[in-house]
Amino acid sequence: MSGLLAALLDTLRDVLPIAVVVFGFQLLVIRRPIPNLKRVLLGFVYVLLGLALFLEGLEQALFPLGRLMAQQLTAPEFISGGAELLTRPLGAWDYRWIYLFAFAIGFATTIAEPALIAVALKAHEVSGGAISVWGLRIAVAIGVAVGIALGTFRIVTGTPIHWYIIAGYVVVIIQTLYAPRLIIPLAYDSGGVTTSTVTVPLVAALGLGLASTVPGRSPLVDGFGLIAFASLFPMISVMGYAQLSRYLGRSGGGANRNRQGL
Amino acid sequence: MGANQLRILFRSLAESARDLLPIVVVIAVFQLALLRQPIPNLLDLLVGVLLVLLGLTLFIRGLEMGLFPIGETMAYAFARKGSLFWLLLFAFALGFGTTVAEPALIAVADEAAKMAAADGVIAGDPAALAGYAKGLRYTVAVSVGFAIVVGVFRIIRGWPIQYLIVGGYMGVVIMTLFAPKEIVGIAYDSGGVTTSTITVPLVTALGVGLASSIKGRNPMVDGFGLIAFASLTPMIFVMGYGMVVG
Repeated sequence: MSGLLAALLDTLRDVLPIAVVVFGFQLLVIRRPIPNLKRVLLGFVYVLLGLALFLEGLEQALFPLGRLMAQQLTAPEFISGGAELLTRPLGAWDYRWIYLFAFAIGFATTIAEPALIAVALKAHEVSGGAISVWGLRIAVAIGVAVGIALGTFRIVTGTPIHWYIIAGYVVVIIQTLYAPRLIIPLAYDSGGVTTSTVTVPLVAALGLGLASTVPGRSPLVDGFGLIAFASLFPMISVMGYAQLSRYLGRSGGGANRNRQGL
Repeated sequence: MGANQLRILFRSLAESARDLLPIVVVIAVFQLALLRQPIPNLLDLLVGVLLVLLGLTLFIRGLEMGLFPIGETMAYAFARKGSLFWLLLFAFALGFGTTVAEPALIAVADEAAKMAAADGVIAGDPAALAGYAKGLRYTVAVSVGFAIVVGVFRIIRGWPIQYLIVGGYMGVVIMTLFAPKEIVGIAYDSGGVTTSTITVPLVTALGVGLASSIKGRNPMVDGFGLIAFASLTPMIFVMGYGMVVG
């Protein structure tokens, strides 16, 4: 119960600056009554209460287990598969279960990310239904999954992060030239929305655990960077999704389902 | 509560359950099949999952009742008022205000200060650490405020987003070459932590509302993209901070 109260206070602290800015400008600058004020305020209460319950539930149930698993999977005993293998140095392949876990947990947490649900609902509405809520969410989740898996691989191999990020940018720029015009802003946005409430705590635990286990890595230097991977790859996967849909739409008998490219 | 409302509630609860299912499956499979360990505190787990379900359902409902409408209403009001100054000031306040107190950012800034001290960039005493962390935090908050201002201005002018974003990436790449090596990882991460679960829906509604209330703008092409700016500018500003302070 005290945990729930703390979560409520935390969320209140998150909502407060937003409420101050929004209602301050509404009262002082716009000076018009808000339509359906009661409903809007009730909506804010729902958001506050919902987010607090959501966070508290995660903290109670899923985060401890997820963190524990990240620790167990990155523990040297698990990676070497028992004591008998410790005679040879560990290679990147020995960490294969971690890549798989990173992929799976990246995908799963992204599907549950409330901010992404919000953007997907809006995109569905604005595009007149051309963009499906689940299509977008799955495309983004695949991007995050690949990004985090690659990010753990980077921690294991110790290659500098900026080569991956710069290479990713080059791919994004090339895709931007060819992707349907309507998807581009949404794809850029999806990089930023993926990493909030659910994904960050679990992924950070994985990165820190891995960086402190792999010989020669420091949690301070190498533990960072997974979030950056998780923000970059959804751009690629969302544009890829749009390109694929357009390609399939074209090859499927020239039905020209729509000219918006999705 | 009528039977109809009850049905709606159950349907949205079921939707939330579906949203949550992948996490439960992943954790269960890895825990039971790969690590071969029982799931501890099954009861706590069930209660927690129930809270998450309820919370997600309430949040989505509140989103549609509160955050989306207020974002759009304000966009329309500003567009009708026609004052660019107030709109841009609002954009800055929204970006700055929502970021400066963000817990994830506070955590990252503290972590970064420890690293800077370990590398001898700043002195190791608590005052120097706190000063560095605070400076970083305000740098990121200003950069997000700036990002929303640029993004809103783009919507009004109808500039294509790709030139700005690609230009920004080139900025990131160039800064990476000159910034101190230790700050690069943090800078890249700071782009991701700035956009919280409450900011995203509000900012999205603001952008889409603006684009639909200004003649000649397409909400799909011009309305989205504010979040992209908010994730990009912190990287540049944080590396800049590392270069100036370091």
